[in-house]
Amino acid sequence: MADQKASTSIEAVESGLAAQGYIASRQIATAVYLSQQIEKPILVEGPAGVGKTELAKAIAAWRGMKMIRLQCYEGLDEAKALYEWKYAKQLLYTQILKDKLGEVLGGAQTLHAALDQLHDFGDVFFSKEFVEPRPLLQALEQPGGCVLLIDEIDKSDAEFESLLLEILSDFQVTIPELGTVSAITPPTVILTSNSERDLGDALKRRCLHLHIGFPEQRLEERIVESRVPGISQTLRRQMVGFIHEIRTLDLKKLPSVSETIDWARVLVLLQAGELDTEIVKDTLNVLLKYEADIEAAAPHVTTFIAKAARSNVFG
Amino acid sequence: MRENLHRFFRAARGAGVHVSPAESIDAMRAVAQVGFSDRGILRDALLLTLAKSQDEKLALGDCFDLFFSQPEPRQEQEANDNDTPPEGSQPPSPDAANDAGGGQPTEGLGPLAQMLLSQDRNAIAAAIASAAGAASLSDIRYSTQRGIFSGRILDAMGLQRLRDDLDELTAANPSLAERLRTALEGLREAVRDTVAQGLALYAREEAENLRNEILRNAPLARIEPRQIEEMRALIRKIARRLRERYSKPRKRQRRGHLDVRRTLRRNAAWGGVPFLTAWKRKHRDRPKIVALCDVSGSVARVSDFFLLLIHSLHEVVDDVRSFAFSSHLIEVSDILESNSPEAAMTEIMSKVGFGSSDYGSSLEDFEHEFMSTLTPQTTVIVLGDARSNNLDPRADILRRISERSKRLVWLNPEGRMVWGFGDSEMPRYATFCSLVRQCATAQQLERAVSDIVASYQ
Repeated sequence: MADQKASTSIEAVESGLAAQGYIASRQIATAVYLSQQIEKPILVEGPAGVGKTELAKAIAAWRGMKMIRLQCYEGLDEAKALYEWKYAKQLLYTQILKDKLGEVLGGAQTLHAALDQLHDFGDVFFSKEFVEPRPLLQALEQPGGCVLLIDEIDKSDAEFESLLLEILSDFQVTIPELGTVSAITPPTVILTSNSERDLGDALKRRCLHLHIGFPEQRLEERIVESRVPGISQTLRRQMVGFIHEIRTLDLKKLPSVSETIDWARVLVLLQAGELDTEIVKDTLNVLLKYEADIEAAAPHVTTFIAKAARSNVFG
Repeated sequence: MRENLHRFFRAARGAGVHVSPAESIDAMRAVAQVGFSDRGILRDALLLTLAKSQDEKLALGDCFDLFFSQPEPRQEQEANDNDTPPEGSQPPSPDAANDAGGGQPTEGLGPLAQMLLSQDRNAIAAAIASAAGAASLSDIRYSTQRGIFSGRILDAMGLQRLRDDLDELTAANPSLAERLRTALEGLREAVRDTVAQGLALYAREEAENLRNEILRNAPLARIEPRQIEEMRALIRKIARRLRERYSKPRKRQRRGHLDVRRTLRRNAAWGGVPFLTAWKRKHRDRPKIVALCDVSGSVARVSDFFLLLIHSLHEVVDDVRSFAFSSHLIEVSDILESNSPEAAMTEIMSKVGFGSSDYGSSLEDFEHEFMSTLTPQTTVIVLGDARSNNLDPRADILRRISERSKRLVWLNPEGRMVWGFGDSEMPRYATFCSLVRQCATAQQLERAVSDIVASYQ
């Protein structure tokens, strides 16, 4: 019974994401489904442009939740990621309220009594009023939950990772001035990484580890189909086949899904019905981002087109 | 099924995937959600929760396929026994099939004999699997245990009864006995395969750990040639670990306590209200290491490993200068930095290696050319056995080196017992060293270098 329900739910994730234009492989759908069921963040790794960030957007759109994005970079610290304490505002308030304080404390006869009274007001000066929430704290404070995207975590420093650990495992964070803030509804957390730096074991242990590589040909065709509606089936097959051939070359940067989609759009715009050498050579710069790569790929264009056309006939 | 999952975790550890208890709990929760019915989804779920990198995913995927290629211990064995076996599982020889189905006198035989004679491969495979479970095959660790486990599994399947049956049949029905004997041979082979598979699944890690442990504690000088490659790999692993531990970006974490004086001065304009804060900076020594490595004949084998480690030191610490010597001394920093470890070692060895050692003249070389590299922040490491072929040890130079530097550490591959005997000048040198360590095994080497580097962090 449970199995039945589970498999339909994974399918539900698949179709839900598909409705947002995100064609997920079954592994991706399983990851999303599991992360909801056992409340664990997903760490998504893979080359640039395969849809890691898109996944977070699609989940947010599908479930109708707000997406909060934290872009990581070197030197990112808690003041920018979590919250900032507004000292100046606190100071200003204290100055303005000085007279009021005098009134309040004026009633007290002894130093001791004054201290007691001050005690009652102590919390006023350490309240949320002076906290400026940054993405992480905002995510915890969303009453209806949200999708928290921590983008390119590998760009941040190792110290920042440690800061994340509390949030990722318990969905709470400790602010020295205020105490512990727990999430009202645990957010769905997606972390992305391009593996620029090895992440710590502690972080990895708290996450489901999803690797998104280049999609299989069929999947990529479906992605193009959903993203670029006006494209003919023949052209779609041929161009995806061609890109898969290109990916076998030893290039500086292999074209990824986002480049595929861009290229498909360009081809539709140029009203190409089929791939031919001319049009490919003209538009290769959409697909490849380095001059050296274009030069390396150019001699293969004709054979690749032929291959793609052939696979189209048999596929 | 839970039991099966636990066995899978053990197999995963065997495949080199770290599965901590917390991760296994996650995996169990995930599996509870997706169930066992769809193997593809189960595979995805386990890969998602257990594997933490693409390499681990590949290893775990293979492990999963191998693990679930074994039939699970099944309960419906009896039911299967009574069924006529499916067409596909029948062996091609028609008379065998006739014998089994044709009402031969098999009534008096034990269950194992009946199963073997009926040639029901599915039932046999299931019986082997459940017997393997009973014999706790997942505890297998070393290849030497293969015989024991095969025996245990066969016993659990009822080998004893089968032997009795065979004895009886030999007299009563020799042809049937002959067939049973052949079937038993086949069974033995199948069990051997199962055990070999179990070994591949469960024992890989243990065997590797054991081998590494032995290597780690083996005297470097007495490593056999066939182990040298493994030893190199181990040292490289140690070097990588040192690098990971100590080469974290050094620029951060330098903020110390609040600098009250500077803060007040900076905020004088606001009446002393601290809008801008000033922080003290932690003072940190710049690591400066000078390594002197003996590459003479007597320590040739060990110095190989020393150089390998110094090579890794170059990657961890910014400011290292290395020198190699046997009868005279040269600087090898550039060679180590611009070459791969192997190439660097060959070049160094061809330049100064394998000679008879002369500590005195080597120290003289150092004093003449490189004494100025030493500053009060320098740690000097000498790697060598202090055997100077009865030549003048020039301990006075070592004293001057010690006086000019912060620390002088001597790592000696020989045991303390022999220091001072024969031509060993260790006791004389030791008086000027801040630290003298025996350093004969990979483990000792790791600790020594780790200590040295750690003192700079």
